[in-house]
Formats: sequence, structure tokens, C-alpha cells
Amino acid sequence: MTILQTFGQSLRGEWRERNGAESRLLPQGKLSGPMPWVIAIMIGLTVLATTSGLALRNTARAANADVKGGVTVQIVHGAPRERDRQARSALAALELAPGIASARLVPQHELDALVEPWLGTAVGDDVNALPVPALIDLRLTGPVDQARLDSLRALVRQKAPAARVDAQASWLAPVFKAISGLQWLAAGLIGLLAFATVATVLLASRNALGNHRGTIEIVHMLGGTDKQIARIFQRSMAIDAAAGGVGGLLLGVVATSLLGRQFSALGSGMIGSADLGWGDWLIVCCIPIGGVLLAVVTARLSVLGALRRML
Amino acid sequence: MSQQDDVEIVHFDNVGLRYGTGKEVLTDVSFTLYSGRFYFLTGASGAGKTSMLKLLYLAQRPSRGLIRMFGTDAITLPRDRLPGFRRRLGVVFQDFRLVPHLSAFDNVALPLRVAGVPERDIVKPVTDMLDWVGLGDRSTARPATLSGGEQQRVAIARAVIGRPDMLVADEPTGNVDPEMAVKLLRLFEALNRLGTTVVVATHDVHLIRQVPESLIMRLDKGRLSDPTGALRYPPRRVSAPARVEFPGT
Repeated sequence: MTILQTFGQSLRGEWRERNGAESRLLPQGKLSGPMPWVIAIMIGLTVLATTSGLALRNTARAANADVKGGVTVQIVHGAPRERDRQARSALAALELAPGIASARLVPQHELDALVEPWLGTAVGDDVNALPVPALIDLRLTGPVDQARLDSLRALVRQKAPAARVDAQASWLAPVFKAISGLQWLAAGLIGLLAFATVATVLLASRNALGNHRGTIEIVHMLGGTDKQIARIFQRSMAIDAAAGGVGGLLLGVVATSLLGRQFSALGSGMIGSADLGWGDWLIVCCIPIGGVLLAVVTARLSVLGALRRML
Repeated sequence: MSQQDDVEIVHFDNVGLRYGTGKEVLTDVSFTLYSGRFYFLTGASGAGKTSMLKLLYLAQRPSRGLIRMFGTDAITLPRDRLPGFRRRLGVVFQDFRLVPHLSAFDNVALPLRVAGVPERDIVKPVTDMLDWVGLGDRSTARPATLSGGEQQRVAIARAVIGRPDMLVADEPTGNVDPEMAVKLLRLFEALNRLGTTVVVATHDVHLIRQVPESLIMRLDKGRLSDPTGALRYPPRRVSAPARVEFPGT
């Protein structure tokens, strides 16, 4: 056995001994009552709010990556031949323009697929009777800004006066705004839950202090320090918070999985991109640890504050 | 008696104490306690004995005056230094103040655990002490299952287990039979022989007579009188008390 191992064992032994001795000063397990359940609910709700926020962030990121640098040129013309001519002419001009990563005339079968959910393709559906615009899908090498968009419009309209040029991001701007709002809502919920946890722990600590005031006074009179007494309370709170944290994490993960399955069943492309990655799950797993730390620090500060008012 | 015996442990100078806005329960109290002496604090009920003991064991700050303990100003003592001072004191409370959820053994072991004494060094002295106060077979009993006298003995064992520099006892033999009272007094004397200053508040004259070499302070309506010259300087010389073995010595 090395000196380090011996030293480590000795430290562990002393720590265990000290904790054991101190834990006997106040009745353990009766300090906080329903605290583990309350913390489990808080952590469960925090996990749900966090996973929702992370899923929304992933959705926004995926959508943003899809439309970043994307520009759609629509040739809106009632006469199919003229529409096709203008589209080819505009495409040729765009392919020669600087800063274009790719330009592609969307084939007719893709356009049919796009409008199929609304117009249908069954026999008797007269798709061609409707003036569906020709589409050019452009990818720019850089971001799409207003100046870039204006110069593209000027270029395209020389060849196709009926053309409409739009940044793809502008279509999704309200969606991004809504997602951002929901993310802030999730963050606000997490903050409120943390605040509620702190308030609950404060109340529990004060209640426990009141219940054990007599014993605490005796320990004080015998030379017990505030830190010794605070350690007893924070240890009890840590045990309660850890038990509640694990329960809350399981509760939150199960609820998230069930919700995730239901959303996945919708089959929407945007919602499908809301999956949580390993990093996200790591963050979720840190929530109970954060909860325990929050509860322990709150209990310690609250107990020390109350003890300072005693002689 | 050596020079060491004249070491000042406690000094009160014009101390006054009032609770809230009420009238003073202690007025102009001035005295000095010396190391290794045995003091009795007497007085009728309501004379202020318990209040004075509270000042002695640092459970209360005076309303006015100066208190010096172990050579340090106890009034301006920072709060974080109080535990160190309290560990030098042993206190027997009038109402025992045992911790209800702890056994007799754990109650007696409390000062040692608070002071961070390793568990392996706790079992023997606590067991010896419980044997000495006649509670060796009641070590696992909780206070609620002990009689008043047994609780008082546990409280005394807890006060003396840490070999304090000063023992303060408020009516420590009030609930025990005369035989046990004398035995406990002998324990205090044994502790006193080891150098502990003992202050016992009582109005039991029989108990005071048991320690002829003791010094007596009398409180009357919050004012201190000095019937035996205990408060004079230099302190009255006393003969050594009879030898009594203290547990663990």
C-alpha cells in the first residue's frame, strides 16, 4: 500500500467518522419531511422545461442551417411557355453571376410533389390548369443580406420581369421568432423553478431550525460552531435533494421520451429535427446535480444566517 | 497553595443585566474568580443566581459593565471565538437540557464529539463517567425513560467529561437523594483538585457545609455580597480538599 493510499484511507476514515458523529447531533431524516417529493417535482419540471428548450434550439438550428444562404426565385406567369423561357433565361444569368454557390431550376415533378397535398395528383385533378410558378433554388456563398438580395432582383428582372426574389429565411422569420419566444419561456420557467426550489429549501431549513432550536442551543452551549450545525442541515438537505433529484430526473426523462415519440409520429420535417443529442442529455443529467448544489448552498446560507442571530 | 492558584479566570466589573426594558436583575456585580477554587453561589429564589450563571457560561451578554474571562474581554469577543471559550466551560443546567433523541451515552459524549475527539477516544471515558455517576447500565436509555435524578447525573457527566477549566452548575443536586448529592459533590471536588474552577449555584446549606474549603458568594435582589471573603484580593487561602479519584485519572 502506498503512502498516498494510506493517506487517502485515513482522510476517508476521518471524514466518515466526523460525519457520523455530527449526524447524531440532530435526528436525521426528520429535518425536511416531504422535501424529496417537492424537489422531485421541481427537478422533473425543470427537466421538461430544459428538454423543451433544447429541442426548440435544435429545431431552430436545423432550420436555420437549411435556409442559410438560400434564395428562391419565383417566375410567376400565367403562360407556361413564357414562364419556362423566363426561368431558363434567369437561370443562365444567375449561373454567371458572382457569389452563387449553386443555382437549380426545380424540376416539374418536385413542384408537383410540393403542391400535391393541396391540389392532388389523382386522375381528374387538373394540376396543369393552375399557374404554379417556376422555381429557381439558389445557394449563395455568403449570407443573404438586403443589398445582395436587391442586386439579385435587379439581375433577374432584366431576364424575367415577372420574377419574385425572396430570401428563404424571411419565410421562416416568424417561426424563428416564435421559437425564440418559446426558448425564453423555457428559460423563464427554469428560473422560476430554481427560485421556487430556493424558497422551499429556505422554508424547510427555517422550519427544521425552529423544531430543533433546543438541541441547537445545547450544541452551541457545548462549544458547537455554526459551521458544524450548518453541516448537519446541509447534509440532510443534500440527501433529500439527491433522492428527489434522481426521482425528478427519471420523471422528466420518461415524460420527455413520451412527448418526443408523439411529436415524432407527426412526421413533420421541422419537428423531426428536434431530437436531443448526447450533449443535450448530458446537460439534462446535470440538472439534479445543480438542484442538489442549489439546495445545499441555500440550506447552508439560511442556517448560518439564522444561527448568527443566536448568541 | 502555589502562585498558580491565583490565576484570574473570571472578572466581573460593575456588571448589570436587565431583560428587555424591565428592571435590572443584576446590579453593580463585581468579583473575580481564581483558578482551582470551589465557589458556591447562594441566594433566595429570584435573587439572580441563574442570570449570573448565564453570564458566566456566555449564554447572555450583560446590559452594562465589563466581563473578562480567561484573560479576554468576553463582551467584545467576536462570535466565532465563542465556541472555543465555551469548550473550556462545563455547564450543568437547572433543567438538565439533555438532547431528547440521544441516549445517555451519546448525551455524555456530546461535548467530546462537538470538540472533534475521535470516536475511538470517546467510548472509554464516557463509559467510565457513566459508571462513576451510577448509570453504567443505563447508557442506551433515552432521557425520557430516565428519572429526574438520573437525568441530572447524565447532565453532570456531560458537563465534566471534557475536563473543563471552569464548571458552572445550577442547582446540580436538586433532584438526587442526599447520598447521590454528596457523591456528585465529591466528583466536583475531584475535578476541582485537577485544577477546574467550580461554581455551584445552590441554596442547599447542607451541600455547602460538605465543602468547608469552598468560597461563598451570596446574591440578594441582584446584588452580590461577600460573606466569606471570597471576593477579596488576595483571595482567602483554603486547605486542600480530601482526595477523590476522578474517572479516567
